[in-house]
Amino acid sequence: MTQNTQNLSPGETSPGTGDAADYFRHGHPIADTKAPDVPIERQWTQRKFDAQLVAPANRRKLDVIIVGTGLAGGAAAATLGEAGFNVKSFCYQDSPRRAHSIAAQGGINAAKNYKEDGDSVYRLFYDTVKGGDYRSRESNVYRLAEVSANIIDQCVAQGVPFAREYGGLLDNRSFGGVQVQRTFYARGQTGQQLLIGAYQALERQVAAGTVETFTKHEMLELITVEGKARGIIARDLVTGEIETHLADVVVLASGGYGNVFYLSTNAMGCNVTASWRAHRKGAYMANPCYTQIHPTCIPVSGSYQSKLTLMSESLRNDGRIWVPKNAEDADKDPRDIPEDERDYYLERIYPSFGNLVPRDIASRAAKYQCDAGKGVGKTGLGVYLDFASAIERLGREAVEAKYGNLFDMYERITGENPYEVPMRIYPAVHYVMGGLWVDYDLHSNLEGLFVAGEANFSDHGANRLGASALMQGLADGYFVLPNTIRHYLADGPFEKLDENHPAVVEARESVRARIDKFLSINGKRTVDSYHKELGQIMWDYCGMERSEEGLNKAISAIRDLRQDFWRNVKVLGAADTLNQSLEKAGRVADFLELGELMCIDALNRSESCGGHFRAESQTEEGEALRHDDDYAYVAAWEFTGDGEQPVLHMEDLEYHNIEMKNRSYK
Amino acid sequence: MKVNLKIWRQASREAQGGLKDYHLDDVTEDMSFLEMLDVLNEQLIEQDEEPVEFEHDCREGICGSCGLMINGLPHGPERTTTCQLHMRTFKDGETITIEPWRAAAFPVVKDLVVDRSAFDAMIQAGGYVSVNTGAAPDAHAMPVRKEHADRAFDTATCIGCGACVAACPNASASLFLGAKITHLGELPQGQAERHERVIGMVAAHDEAGFGGCTNIGECASACPKEIPLDVISQLNKDLRTALRHV
Ligand SMILES: Cc1cc2nc3c(=O)[nH]c(=O)nc-3n(C[C@H](O)[C@H](O)[C@H](O)COP(=O)(O)OP(=O)(O)OC[C@H]3O[C@@H](n4cnc5c(N)ncnc54)[C@H](O)[C@@H]3O)c2cc1C
Ligand code: SF4
Ligand code: FES
Repeated sequence: MTQNTQNLSPGETSPGTGDAADYFRHGHPIADTKAPDVPIERQWTQRKFDAQLVAPANRRKLDVIIVGTGLAGGAAAATLGEAGFNVKSFCYQDSPRRAHSIAAQGGINAAKNYKEDGDSVYRLFYDTVKGGDYRSRESNVYRLAEVSANIIDQCVAQGVPFAREYGGLLDNRSFGGVQVQRTFYARGQTGQQLLIGAYQALERQVAAGTVETFTKHEMLELITVEGKARGIIARDLVTGEIETHLADVVVLASGGYGNVFYLSTNAMGCNVTASWRAHRKGAYMANPCYTQIHPTCIPVSGSYQSKLTLMSESLRNDGRIWVPKNAEDADKDPRDIPEDERDYYLERIYPSFGNLVPRDIASRAAKYQCDAGKGVGKTGLGVYLDFASAIERLGREAVEAKYGNLFDMYERITGENPYEVPMRIYPAVHYVMGGLWVDYDLHSNLEGLFVAGEANFSDHGANRLGASALMQGLADGYFVLPNTIRHYLADGPFEKLDENHPAVVEARESVRARIDKFLSINGKRTVDSYHKELGQIMWDYCGMERSEEGLNKAISAIRDLRQDFWRNVKVLGAADTLNQSLEKAGRVADFLELGELMCIDALNRSESCGGHFRAESQTEEGEALRHDDDYAYVAAWEFTGDGEQPVLHMEDLEYHNIEMKNRSYK
Repeated sequence: MKVNLKIWRQASREAQGGLKDYHLDDVTEDMSFLEMLDVLNEQLIEQDEEPVEFEHDCREGICGSCGLMINGLPHGPERTTTCQLHMRTFKDGETITIEPWRAAAFPVVKDLVVDRSAFDAMIQAGGYVSVNTGAAPDAHAMPVRKEHADRAFDTATCIGCGACVAACPNASASLFLGAKITHLGELPQGQAERHERVIGMVAAHDEAGFGGCTNIGECASACPKEIPLDVISQLNKDLRTALRHV
């Protein structure tokens, strides 16, 4: 327990009455104590006012380490650099501009109400809490909605070329699950344009000398001294050198861990290592099992496949989703299946939302069709997304104007022409809502360790609405962290640390030992083969639908796999050179530990909510059934040692501003 | 299908490199080019040979990490990124030569990986709008004509892959530079620093060891994001104007 969390006596929060009792121990409950006790609309203003200041002349004496150069880390590094702090920024790619945020397509939400269609900070707040199935923290989400408008101003000032109307003003579109037009976009490349904006701001600070970038550097360990985060151990991925970087504060903005599933829409290098190393040093990992599955991805084509490609959700506006009514027709040319032998199952089951039901519902429905043997394509894991009636109704040209680039992308990857044959889609792992636990200040329970963007757990709950992750990354990086870190640093600079301090030496040596270990096992199986096997276990048992039986199976399978990995993995090459297999080995080793915790978390949460569906918890119609009495809490897991049971700390979620309701899309 | 591969292997920046022959039997046409290399690497590791190092991350054509000379062409025979190139483009039994980008300003790090940090150095020299966080006016305070916004967008889509440099006989980075100059030059926000920007970025370009542009145009034909060649005219025009003003 640190000063960030309040000590409550056990029993003050609802019990974690799940099915994982044999796998963990209960710890003391926790709570956020940083959101000021004022009405929610005034909390952020009050917090900023309460935060201590650091005089300009003192700022350059304060060292900040930021791991990650995506929207969250890039924005934070640029902003803290502008303020005059001494910033070191790390990423594993060869340039900050290549962080995974670059791939986001759809757009970014902001409560600007430029369309006068009734949008407001409160409505964005409301939609986000509801979208998250009442498993996010009200105060954090409210602040996100509040600063969203500033994000757009900031990005436009940087030269981000958002879509505009003929009058010269910004254009908006609407996005899944909401009834207002609040999404700002730059064609299908919004993430790219936002990241380039943050990257340019960052490079400006590099030129100004306030930020130093360490590209092709991977953080492999967190240095903690007397319970405080004081630096990192990083490997220079080109020379292999193990470097020690000390600081007054450490920020992790290292992205999400969806790659634990091997196949996902994430960039190949996305990993959990930075967060996991911090977790092993005491930082709580919250809600690790919350995974968002995206319904419209291009299906897998074969066992060599390395990643899945997302097709924008906007396709569901005009495309109709169906499978053959008879499983025997699944191999037929879809054009030979007559209308009355097709099952437009979303339109049938959800007449009011039809093909536009939220992501989790559309994903699960597709899985059920495939499980019933009606899946199409070579692997049987696909459903049709058909534009034939849209082409008939609107004309080919109109469809081309709206979706042309997506159709081209589909054709490039599959070799099939979607104007002629219906597209095939299947759900894929897309985003994780779990991550390191943080309070309102984005401060983890480990003093001196802040966490931002997809790497933290705070804002999305059990599900995430489209266009809200980009918003969170930039809100954290540009507006939240600069204020809360300043407050923390007002007590610094902390006592200078020596590189020979035992805690620092221990961290460095453990990294060396781990690398030596990977290179010396000299077994028979490649790192990728382990990653693929782990991914399959996770997808089968901790993916779209989970059950007590499956999760128990998964936990023991992961334990066996992990044991085998440490005996039988084969990593060639040396430590003192570029060695991508060695990099992967470290990441997969951490995934093998995270995967188990995800399954334990999923097992314990025996309710269905958001993207997380427990087979044992459904309504009579087969819809997700939440249990607010038992599970309206954040599950924050503490690491207690290898082979030791993790400890569960619960943070009660209290809704004072929004009433908890059931989501229904029928 | 079967393919014969000739792949550039080079142990380090200083080491001598050379082409090495490999052979793959089980290639399917749905594989992306990088997945084909993954399959090769799995096979190499099994035979105790060190895998071929190449850069990649998003595998969606947007991060700009990947980039190989494939049969002498940057990103291969189609106008796309290497990660979006698929094996159906090649014939059964074909011999494919794979090399790293070649340019003095992009030294080889290992095998097919090159150092492109010179691109970041050019951005540091002025490829931004100087605005501190929190100081921005309302986004609607400054309307932008749609044509300008569209042109700014078209040129802002550069992914920094370096194919333009690899394609250019002079190893010039003028297309990359022109793209950024045009992106910020089309917007009202970019005007205040327009002169300093172009002078600074061109100086950083020359400093990094990129060559001069002689209007050959190979860059634009190799660019996976179809950055138009006329951004180089814009670059030259901006430079001339800027030099007259300072
Ligand atoms: C295909 C796709 C489309 C999407 N579309 C949208 C959309 O339209 N709207 C939306 O809101 N969201 C979208 N998302 C989600 C969104 O893109 C991400 O959640 C968000 O960009 C994450 O940003 P981040 O800054 O937290 O992390 P990232 O951008 O993932 O950055 C992580 C950084 O950490 C670094 N790093 C990681 N580990 C280490 C380590 N150990 N050492 C050193 N550095 C490390 C990496 O180098 C990188 O710089 C999409 C996601 C995908 C996959
Ligand atoms: S201009 Fe084109 S080829 Fe050159 S770096 Fe940009 S995207 Fe790549
Ligand atoms: S891997 Fe990102 S562009 Fe090819």
